[in-house]
Amino acid sequence: MMTPILVSIPVLALALLLQTAVISRIMLINGSADLVLLILAAWGLQERVHHAWIWAVLAGLLSGFVSGVPWYVYLASYLAVVGVARLLTRRVWQAPLLAMFSVTLIGTLVLQMATFFALTFLQVPMALGDVFEKIILPSVLLNLLLAIPTYGLVRDLANRLYPGEVEL
Amino acid sequence: MKSSFPRSLQTIIIILVAIGLVTLALGGYFNPLTYRIGQFTIGIQTWVSSRYMALVDFLTVPRDLASMQEQNSALQAEVARLQTEVIDLQQRVTETNILSALVNFARANPAYTYKAAAVIGQDPSPFRRYVIINTGSNDGIRAGMPVVTDQGLAGQVDAVIADAARVRLVTDPASAVNVRLQASNTDAMLDGSVTGDLTLDMISQDATVQVGDVVLTSGLGGGYPANLLVGQVVSVRKQPTELFQQASLQANVDFNRLEYVLVITNFNPVDITPLLATPGP
Repeated sequence: MMTPILVSIPVLALALLLQTAVISRIMLINGSADLVLLILAAWGLQERVHHAWIWAVLAGLLSGFVSGVPWYVYLASYLAVVGVARLLTRRVWQAPLLAMFSVTLIGTLVLQMATFFALTFLQVPMALGDVFEKIILPSVLLNLLLAIPTYGLVRDLANRLYPGEVEL
Repeated sequence: MKSSFPRSLQTIIIILVAIGLVTLALGGYFNPLTYRIGQFTIGIQTWVSSRYMALVDFLTVPRDLASMQEQNSALQAEVARLQTEVIDLQQRVTETNILSALVNFARANPAYTYKAAAVIGQDPSPFRRYVIINTGSNDGIRAGMPVVTDQGLAGQVDAVIADAARVRLVTDPASAVNVRLQASNTDAMLDGSVTGDLTLDMISQDATVQVGDVVLTSGLGGGYPANLLVGQVVSVRKQPTELFQQASLQANVDFNRLEYVLVITNFNPVDITPLLATPGP
């Protein structure tokens, strides 16, 4: 079934456009939300979705192309987000919102820590204490705030793309 | 039958009676009577008039209401259109002011050629201080070109595609710019940070650095042209046990509200990396 894969391109491109034009400018201290990560987390939590890995690869490459952060950081982190989401789908499928919060929390920490270590490896000077206090924690908070509305939108999209299996 | 009074006598009697009535009226003897008659007449007139107006209202108001509703809708649409126009014009005024300032900056620094660009996005990662501009290689933009605003230095083009480019701001943690303190003519290194704060490092211990000192690019290293305004010193940290002084810098450019920038297109950055000493085998 090619439709979900084809849909991923405009959805993720639009998400990245919103991310760079709007969401990155809404900062809490020095942190900002990551809409692409939230979409991947919510998409990975949809039980009927079969192409979440492809979405993660595409999102990682797109974000890596736009960002000054090395592309492999986004690719690896987004794959990890989908991996955690698929894992939790099988474990706590009866509480999707709890799963969404968990994936958002873990995914944000994975992405931010991976970015920190990659930039440190590239000799970009930064202190972990500052990064944790001024970037990671505010980013986690913003992502958790956006998690519920993003989950609702992505679930609607999944229901449209997989209409054969309606939730009761 | 002929009247027993002659006509002239009748006339005289009528005149006398009239004079008498007028005299009585002027004397106020008829006031109660005229008051009652007036009240009665005014009451009737008021009633007739009100009934007439009610009839006129009944016949005309429905037509006026429909007309007024139509007019109201038209006016509301007009107000909405004008409000949109006002917002649009306000935005254009803001843009014109910014562009005008950029043009003034370009005129004041005629040594360079510039390409104006709008800032259309920021880096998705909060770790990096990059912005995306809407001009690219099709407009002659190349990696390494300095980027300024009318307020001073903003950053450097980092990556380019056909119609867009990514600019690394001087506040980025990986950014390092060679600068000069104008007052003391001392060289220093301007470093960005993850928080967006700017720090001056590598300032000689012998140099006298004061709050308010103006900081300009020095041109050393070949990455940026010399004498571009960067900002002002806001605090100085001098420890006798350390090799260099440090200072905090307030940038002239408001990096949170970057809307338009100028790319200096006739400055060719020099990559001096091959000239730097490398540890021997």
